Amino acid sequence: MIESSAPQRQLLDASGVDRCLDEIAQAIQMRWPNESQLALVGVYRRGVPFSEALAAKLRARGLTVELGRIDITQYRDDLKTMTVLPKLEGSDIPFDLEDAVVILCDEVIYTARTSRAALEELLDFGRPRCVQIAALVDRSGRELPLNADYAGIRVDLPAHERVSVRFMDADGRDEVFIKAWEKKSASP
Amino acid sequence: MTPRKDLLDIASLTDAEIEFVLANAVPFKELFKRSVKKVPTLKGQTVLTLFYEPSTRTRSSFEVAASRLSADVTHFDIESSSVVKGESILDTVETLESMRVDYIVVRHKQSGTPSLIAKNTRASVINAGDGWHAHPTQALLDAFTLKEKLNTMNGARVLIVGDIQHSRVARSTSLIFRRLGMNVAYLAPGSMMPRETPVKIPQFGNWTDALDWKPDVIYLLRVQSERMDEPYFPSTAEYHKNYGLTDSRLDIISERGLWLMHPGPVNRGVEITDRGMNYAKSLINQQVENGIAVRMSVLYWLKPGAGVSP
Repeated sequence: MIESSAPQRQLLDASGVDRCLDEIAQAIQMRWPNESQLALVGVYRRGVPFSEALAAKLRARGLTVELGRIDITQYRDDLKTMTVLPKLEGSDIPFDLEDAVVILCDEVIYTARTSRAALEELLDFGRPRCVQIAALVDRSGRELPLNADYAGIRVDLPAHERVSVRFMDADGRDEVFIKAWEKKSASP
Repeated sequence: MTPRKDLLDIASLTDAEIEFVLANAVPFKELFKRSVKKVPTLKGQTVLTLFYEPSTRTRSSFEVAASRLSADVTHFDIESSSVVKGESILDTVETLESMRVDYIVVRHKQSGTPSLIAKNTRASVINAGDGWHAHPTQALLDAFTLKEKLNTMNGARVLIVGDIQHSRVARSTSLIFRRLGMNVAYLAPGSMMPRETPVKIPQFGNWTDALDWKPDVIYLLRVQSERMDEPYFPSTAEYHKNYGLTDSRLDIISERGLWLMHPGPVNRGVEITDRGMNYAKSLINQQVENGIAVRMSVLYWLKPGAGVSP
């Protein structure tokens, strides 16, 4: 599939993204007010700047937060059907995972196949006490029984549309928009 | 990067493909530090090693690499197979095709055998050494090992020592080093020096001249004992005296802080001494470790049936 030239429409502007981050941070703080082993693990690619932005919010609220990142490519279930292979970024869990409370951060949760792979990989690093999922955008359409514990905004979209998230650090601005996919072949 | 079906030699790889394989080997190597040294990348795929020539380290390196990618790994045992009863290579391949293996790792004394097999199977074929021709995964792991150690590969000098003429390692490794911007020179007895090379590579007949070339890396080739009876081969003692890394030569290399490499297995007392094996800047063990990561990266990249019409 390739991106079409169809116009995109904005779902969240910078202030909307900021508000969502605040709400998620508040919900995490309510759930884990005095947690000393809280960690955010961003899922490549946009889950990483999402986890960093969320960590900044949590730290501003006085929480101590560790940061890690996961590249799920080695755990994908569709690798051998892909026509272009991604370069591996590598995963980095630089804190002690044993007994930690980990929040997996993905910018969009949709089918949950990414979350499945991220969860499986995370558990290969060690045994956290608890794992939760945070997503900036929670899009309906699960193919696996995993759900977001924290979500900024919930949307229901037709299959031919995709949600795209931009973050200041990675893309120069904070924004969430919806864009149509142009079908070239069967869905990926 | 578009996946390829086979890895047969270095010459057919693009610069971008070499870079892709080397870059991806880094995260695969990171896995070795985790408590679970395994990823599900090749879950459900079968990797078969088909070695018509003896090998311990290359074969087990491929087997460990495939296991760490969660593939099922099988060894096709030539000694006990019908090959000794006269089955042709293509008949064997047809049998493997019926078994629906996904990857075939081949070593054969005849140059070109992996390519022949690749043309006759949907499986991805990896050349694990064919005759004097090529040993691409050795070259990739050597390049990876130096990439980790050298600040810049561009302009670095590697002296390859030994039976260059009959060495697929020398051929593939020289090629990749040069592709990555390094300079290569050869040190060998005249009878083991290639008559012609595709490009002009400095050739030396003794250590003094070779060290004057100011190499950064000394790459010793294995003296192939199976060839020792052949007429061009000097005696082991003579080889050691004139071309081996003797203790006195090791002192010079150590003083200059040069890196030392060897594809293994080593012949102590021939191309290297016991002291040489313990040299602080020897990369021999790292070559072994990196070999697994690089082979994982190759398996990740290759795709059975890629480019073949169904």
